[in-house]
Amino acid sequence: MFSGLMLNTWIASTAVAVIAGVMGFFAVLRGSTFAAHAIPNGAFAGAAGATLLGFNPFAGLAVFSVAGALGIAGLSRRARNDVATALTFVLMLGIGALFVSWSTEYAQEAYSLLFGEVFGVASDEVLPIVALGVVSVAAIAVLFRPLMLSSALPEVAEARGIRAPRMDLAFLLIMALATSMTVPVVGALLMFSLMIGPSAAARSLTARPVLAMALSVGIALVTVWTGIVVSYQTNWPLGFFVGIMGAGFFLLGRAYAAVRRRMASIAWPSVTQSR
Amino acid sequence: MGHLLRSVFEPGFFGSGPVHVAFAVGTVIAITSAVVGVFTVTRGQSFAGHSLADIATTGGSGAFLVGINQFWGYLAFGAGAAAFMEMIGVQRRRGRDVATGVVLGAALGLAALFLYLGTQESSTTGASFTILFGSMFVLTPSTVPTLIVSALLALATVLMLARMLLLSSLSPDIAAARGVPVRAVGAAFLMALAVSVALSAVIIGAVLSTALLIGPAATALRVVKGPVRAAATAAGIGVLATWLGILLAYDSFYWPPAGRGWPVSFFVVALVVGSYLVTYLRPRQRQVTTQESPDPEHACSVA
Repeated sequence: MFSGLMLNTWIASTAVAVIAGVMGFFAVLRGSTFAAHAIPNGAFAGAAGATLLGFNPFAGLAVFSVAGALGIAGLSRRARNDVATALTFVLMLGIGALFVSWSTEYAQEAYSLLFGEVFGVASDEVLPIVALGVVSVAAIAVLFRPLMLSSALPEVAEARGIRAPRMDLAFLLIMALATSMTVPVVGALLMFSLMIGPSAAARSLTARPVLAMALSVGIALVTVWTGIVVSYQTNWPLGFFVGIMGAGFFLLGRAYAAVRRRMASIAWPSVTQSR
Repeated sequence: MGHLLRSVFEPGFFGSGPVHVAFAVGTVIAITSAVVGVFTVTRGQSFAGHSLADIATTGGSGAFLVGINQFWGYLAFGAGAAAFMEMIGVQRRRGRDVATGVVLGAALGLAALFLYLGTQESSTTGASFTILFGSMFVLTPSTVPTLIVSALLALATVLMLARMLLLSSLSPDIAAARGVPVRAVGAAFLMALAVSVALSAVIIGAVLSTALLIGPAATALRVVKGPVRAAATAAGIGVLATWLGILLAYDSFYWPPAGRGWPVSFFVVALVVGSYLVTYLRPRQRQVTTQESPDPEHACSVA
């Protein structure tokens, strides 16, 4: 389980879990869950196009995920955010359907892009993934305060001169950067599950931002590592374990929050009654 | 004139059985999706609409695995997920999106498992592709009556609830004060949404199902005022895009590069998104009028 090829799997999946934990925290906080779903999935169309034209699939993923981020941010300025996301997303996937219909033997590769090939990470893929992980986490670290402010208190951020559309665009671009590298490894669907489940669970455990972010990374790591071990033993797809464990952690977090709230209302009934 | 017509409608277009079925079912789906879509967009539930389509495809792959008609898999998973979302869903919009995302993540995990087990048994990699993108021309005629009846049921539910839905979308507090069971109405709507989305996912795939749900409704809400006119306009746009899409896909059979025909989903998506983008060409007058008459598309963004 820890032999040469599996070592790549461990390193790559650890990097992916860290990225997913950090990005997911903000995705959940900002309510950009739909964008977190749309960008990795829509980028898949770009890989299909690149394969068709004989380019490196990474290039296609990068172009389409950045185009998706720009499209969502651009349309959101004059329409509801979820409508903008939905339309950008279906357009990207429609183009993907066209590309796939043109090429002859794409079905297998489409499957691996959607569901990932964690156990087939090549040595030369590990370094770019780790490097990109460092870059996107660094970008989040640089933007941490304004991003936090515009996510949690949009009015205060606006008053301080932080432009909400610009923050939105920056966040979506970092998301695009992160997903263009992670999608070939873990697949678009798994990346999404890994971003949402652990962060949502972390959010219901604590309200303190840095702690929640650390927790979200921790839960993502535990999810991926456990998933790899179980998937290695059973041969069932990793995406299944990650998806189910993400939902499980979320439900546990909600249950914990509910219990704590009840305890609090028994201890100080007058304080919590107004909620 | 005859020559021109023949070059638009390829020979055999009107005589082809699959084309007839595609037209009939496509029209019903387009109308149902568009009308349900108007409420979906007004209520800000686009993500839920898309997720239900994706989740329904999980049910589809499950049914494929068990060997029953995929339609029942779509319906069972769609309805189950709608109930689950409603159960864990917080009433605030952000919380609702997160609940939707968690349910979607779990369902996608299941989809991976079902497809994996399916390919273990019968090595059909094409199945995942059909489930995602669907194909209008390979409908089996025996499922058509079931599809149409369920579509009409979903449409009737939404139309019956229309008044209560609108009120509870625009102002939940006023609706509650007037005795509207806001929670129950929301749950019933989510069920209708699940059914209509599952239906269109059967036929045109999960991708296109979202396009037909959101695209025409969003376009209509930008162009006309009032829910009834918006629903009618959306239905018109949806039907037109579907018809044109089927026609173009049929014509494209001899087009380069592959000579196998371009997918219907591509044409319909392009037409729907194109029509939405056209509304952007109108000069921007909203700046002045926002105060007294809010755009319906933004009407409940405060909630």
